[in-house]
Amino acid sequence: MSVTHPDFAEAPALREILPAAKSRTAFGKLFRRYPTVVFGGALLLVMLFIAVAAPLLATVDPTALAPAKRLRAPSAIYWFGTDMLGRDIYSRVMYGSRVSLAVGFSVAVIASVVGTFIGVVAGFVRGLDAVIMRVMDGLMSIPPILLAIALMALTRGSVGNVIVAISLAEFPRVSRLVRGVVLSLREQPYVEAAIASGTRVPKIIWRHILPNTLAPLMVQATYICASAMITESILSFIGAGTPPTIPSWGNIMAEGRALWQVKPYIVFFPAAFLSATVLAVNLLGDGMRDALDPRLAKRL
Amino acid sequence: MTKLLEVFDLKKHFPIRAGLLGGVTAKVHAVDGVSFDVAKGETVSLVGESGCGKSTVGRAILRLFAPTAGQVHIDGNRIDDLSPAELRPLRRRIQVVFQDPFSSLNPRMRVRDIIGEPILNFSLSSSGSDLEDQVATLMDKVRLPRDAMNRFPHEFSGGQRQRIGIARALAPGADLIICDEAVSALDVSVKAQIVNLLSDLQDELGLALLFISHDLAIVEHLTHRVAVMYLGKIVEFTDRRTLFSMAHHPYTAALLSAVPVPDPDAPRNRIILTGDVPSPIDPPSGCRFHTRCPFVFDRCRIEEPPLRIVGPAHVSACHLEHAPGEVIAHAA
Repeated sequence: MSVTHPDFAEAPALREILPAAKSRTAFGKLFRRYPTVVFGGALLLVMLFIAVAAPLLATVDPTALAPAKRLRAPSAIYWFGTDMLGRDIYSRVMYGSRVSLAVGFSVAVIASVVGTFIGVVAGFVRGLDAVIMRVMDGLMSIPPILLAIALMALTRGSVGNVIVAISLAEFPRVSRLVRGVVLSLREQPYVEAAIASGTRVPKIIWRHILPNTLAPLMVQATYICASAMITESILSFIGAGTPPTIPSWGNIMAEGRALWQVKPYIVFFPAAFLSATVLAVNLLGDGMRDALDPRLAKRL
Repeated sequence: MTKLLEVFDLKKHFPIRAGLLGGVTAKVHAVDGVSFDVAKGETVSLVGESGCGKSTVGRAILRLFAPTAGQVHIDGNRIDDLSPAELRPLRRRIQVVFQDPFSSLNPRMRVRDIIGEPILNFSLSSSGSDLEDQVATLMDKVRLPRDAMNRFPHEFSGGQRQRIGIARALAPGADLIICDEAVSALDVSVKAQIVNLLSDLQDELGLALLFISHDLAIVEHLTHRVAVMYLGKIVEFTDRRTLFSMAHHPYTAALLSAVPVPDPDAPRNRIILTGDVPSPIDPPSGCRFHTRCPFVFDRCRIEEPPLRIVGPAHVSACHLEHAPGEVIAHAA
């Protein structure tokens, strides 16, 4: 009964009509699923590599002065040019990543841990809630950068003090976020069911509250990481942060500030690296918020 | 039948705080003097409109918050005045199944950990493999496939999640399960499955159920006795047959007339209640139902009717003198 219609004879094979089979590699799947995580993570890995391998990547000592070769434009020898003291900006930018990443990660970890602890206490101990949160409101009413400047004014400039100062300025945000999440999780039926089935408070916090706080906390931590890097640069830029003997992106920009109109490359390269790192961290945070939610996660 | 749970004059008032100093400006009278009992192996239903305080009764019995006044007894022993540490071993005996199958299971825990949690809390397993056996047995009981053990709640449908919730409630060997609107969020067909599962489990394990619901059609299927609540008080309490055929309280009659009948030609004598439920912050004087009762007369506005015996094992809080089941004539 089959009659071949003349038009069908010319029909292309099914294989040719269907779209090409998508790449089946694990990386390809991951990239299609969480493009921001993969892109942000890759960019951040590059920055981490630069920080770790700075001594190998740097062409010369980043603190070596060479007044005869000052203010050279970017060239084959001085890839990013030299500053007014003849120091190689490329080498300084490579080393500068160490300060930014160390400050960003340390502040994110310290602020998250301290903030989570205070947030859980405020969320669970009714009597302390109002007192703790008013103190946090007070701390948050001061712009973080001003608070950090004030704290730096009390001590001498060092990377460790910068980390402490920025952490103190950032942790109230975490504690407020965690307290809010804890208060809403406490009312969840699964927490009530756990209380009814005899689960003790520490275990409720550990099994039911903290794992469900993780996703918003991770996202917040990445934003803190990014803003800490910016704050560190601002502190260094105004001379209240990392001492000038240690190259940091903020220091390099501060030193190039006066020459911005004639030698813009001094400011441009550290600024570009700072922007790229902050972008990488923020993309990673945004993507992780979705990736960490088991309700949104599909099986690979 | 021996009494498993007894509740005497339970009250729960929630303070409303306002202003800078957080002073108590008003109280929500969520539950205002509720007494009832549940025997071993029996199902008692609490029915009423949204906001009548029926869920608050369940939560107060579970001591998710402390009652304002009144007593809760288990096997004749008072439990509402125990410290949290003293209460903890008794929590084994009363478990709960909540309405929302999505928020009642921790999204980050596997089914085995959800069902195993109460077993571990009360140290009811001798080893890891014993725990796994117990969890597997519980999953059989609620008719879930054993291989679902390592999955997360979001991989299940609403009805399956409710089965996980029931398995968790059964896990510590509870005598009483409080079903707080446990089937209200489910599709009709799934609802029937869960109701059947609950009554099968009751027969099999001798469970008592406190079934909190607004759905009289479901209640009629599985309950032994029914307490009707209105604005924090029980207005009528009797066995199922009497309630559904010979209701005494006008509010019960109105609720029953609102149950849909699957027959378009059936005669309907709807009693349509007008207005909303009054605020429990400032409940009406006298009978709380007087603002909406079609048969209201002067006495109702002044004097609060006590629960009085109107028939065998049948109490009702109404001033009207009609016989149960009789069509109520206007008193005025």
